[in-house]
Amino acid sequence: MKILVITEQREGKWNPVGFETLVAAQQIAATQTGSRVTPAVIGKDVRGLAEELAANQVAEVLLVEHDLLKRYTPDGFAIALRQAIAQLQPDLILLPHTYQVRDYAPKLAASLDKGMIADCVGYRAEKERIVFVRQMFQGKTAADVTFIGAPPWFVSFQAGAFRGDQVSRGATRAPITAIKTDLRPEQIRTTPLELFREAKQAVDLTQAPILVAVGRGIKAPENIPLAAKLAKLMGGELAASRPICDEGWLPMDRQIGSSGQTVAPKLYLALGISGAIQHVVGMKGSRTIVAINKDQNAPIFEVADYGIVGDIFELIPALTEALEKTK
Amino acid sequence: MKVAVCIKQVPAKDAPLQITDSGAWIRETDIGFEMNEPDSFALEEALRLKEKHGGEVVALSMGPQRTKQVIKEALAKGADRGIHLEDDKFFLLDPLSSAKSIAAALKKDNFDLILTGLQSDDQGFGQTGVLLAELLGLAHATIIMQIELQGQRLKLKRELESGWFQWVELPLPAVLTIQSGINKVRYASLKGIMAAKKKEIAVIMRESLGIAGEPTQRVERIYVPQKAKRTEFIDGSPKEAAAKLLEKLRHEARVL
Ligand SMILES: Cc1cc2nc3c(=O)[nH]c(=O)nc-3n(C[C@H](O)[C@H](O)[C@H](O)COP(=O)(O)OP(=O)(O)OC[C@H]3O[C@@H](n4cnc5c(N)ncnc54)[C@H](O)[C@@H]3O)c2cc1C
Ligand SMILES: Nc1ncnc2c1ncn2[C@@H]1O[C@H](COP(=O)(O)O)[C@@H](O)[C@H]1O
Repeated sequence: MKILVITEQREGKWNPVGFETLVAAQQIAATQTGSRVTPAVIGKDVRGLAEELAANQVAEVLLVEHDLLKRYTPDGFAIALRQAIAQLQPDLILLPHTYQVRDYAPKLAASLDKGMIADCVGYRAEKERIVFVRQMFQGKTAADVTFIGAPPWFVSFQAGAFRGDQVSRGATRAPITAIKTDLRPEQIRTTPLELFREAKQAVDLTQAPILVAVGRGIKAPENIPLAAKLAKLMGGELAASRPICDEGWLPMDRQIGSSGQTVAPKLYLALGISGAIQHVVGMKGSRTIVAINKDQNAPIFEVADYGIVGDIFELIPALTEALEKTK
Repeated sequence: MKVAVCIKQVPAKDAPLQITDSGAWIRETDIGFEMNEPDSFALEEALRLKEKHGGEVVALSMGPQRTKQVIKEALAKGADRGIHLEDDKFFLLDPLSSAKSIAAALKKDNFDLILTGLQSDDQGFGQTGVLLAELLGLAHATIIMQIELQGQRLKLKRELESGWFQWVELPLPAVLTIQSGINKVRYASLKGIMAAKKKEIAVIMRESLGIAGEPTQRVERIYVPQKAKRTEFIDGSPKEAAAKLLEKLRHEARVL
């Protein structure tokens, strides 16, 4: 089985999730006889990165370079990668499930009339076939999914599904093959403009030792002070899931998750947060995680060290009272 | 401007999910359904574009009979007409076949703009909008947090990871996938609800579209995931549980 891994870089800097995908490829390759893993790097002036990839245990490295690939566009990437795929003829194409991959990979697959199983958390190699595991219903269920029909098959893996530091190094350097990329400016419809961050952060949650985070379970902005008081008593800061910031109940700089902050405090208390993956990626590195949720099946309990199945409107006051007593 | 909004009806956030014996889908009886969250933001964005620039907003939803409800909701909020792409077994479709069906239903209307949510809360493919763009030959941009119409071009604010954003420009016609939080969604007014009763919902049976070709993938089984981590559950009355938790955080985890 030929496995193509599309890595990700921006301005010459790796997105580390690409290495997790490379690990996935190496592990899948180990289960299939005669497998070849070929990572690709795409961009402009990225030969240095291709050299780095060549030190890993891979058959070959594809270098997909063009002036028009300097800045990401879905058209540019889809056209260039289609040419790389035509040359390599892979069976399986693995990608990290980044926002960039979400933006072009389904298009690339569809342009070949092929399907993609996106946002997988794992796989099982069975006789003659590979079963990919992904989440459904916001993490409340998992699903086993298999491909039908002829390759290539596209799969993206969620950040954190594999450990990037487990990548196997090669005994010898792999050869680098430059793909002849044919790309014209008029084929690219998107004009990418500047990257920016919103107004500067008022709080730095990454430095807080304790975070008390509220989710939609808090129900109304009037209830936020309950959690704020608890946070204060615990010597921590207030944090939130995305919907709370979307509603404007708390400022954006308190949002934890893939589109907000990534934190790893010694204590993370999740109050009325369901535990969708986009939230969990931002806090699962916390040393101790406590979840309070009225739904015993809430995915947040997947990552919690301590859990209480109950109503936060009973438990926040109870915790507050107990802390006040011991002060 | 002629805008289509793709709206999926998904189980309500707090619906207790039970998987069917065959493991193919969830039991749909006894649970509530609602508009997929980012889709309600997409609808709001479409209505605002129409209010500013004129035109028409068409709400499309694919799914069983129950799906009509979200179309009615969209009409009550101000969409002009609806398309119900009916299929009782929509959950058996792979992302590509599902998108091919929606693309076929949208094609002849020649929309200037097609909006979808960035992801559905049930199947969560996170692909449909991008697939529609490719199938219809349109430009696209994903995870959009702001839309500015400048003549025949769009200036868009894309959300990237970890608090980063990017401005991009695109020509119309285009497909955009909308992120939650882009705007504040409106409620339907009583007047809107009354007016909706007179609006048209075209029903297309999905099968009649004759989308050919093998599916590209198959969901073999849906199941409750195995826990990777051992969570220590603390029970008792709220008061007891609170005391026990604090005790554990102080002396076992030593984080307080
Ligand atoms: C591309 C993308 C990026 C995203 N980025 C982020 C991100 O950075 N951060 C983020 O958080 N999300 C992000 N999301 C959204 C994410 O998918 C979830 O929708 C979101 O995290 C859900 O927030 P929640 O848990 O607060 O709400 P819900 O999912 O509605 O959960 C509320 C929970 O509260 C519980 N509850 C309700 N009432 C009570 C009560 N009285 N007592 C106890 N428990 C109660 C419920 O059982 C439920 O589990 C992103 C999504 C996408 C697609
Ligand atoms: N059955 C459907 N009916 C209408 N719109 C849909 C349907 N499935 C997906 N969509 C749209 O595509 C978006 C992304 O869905 P998905 O690709 O399943 O994550 C949703 O937010 C909807 O806007």
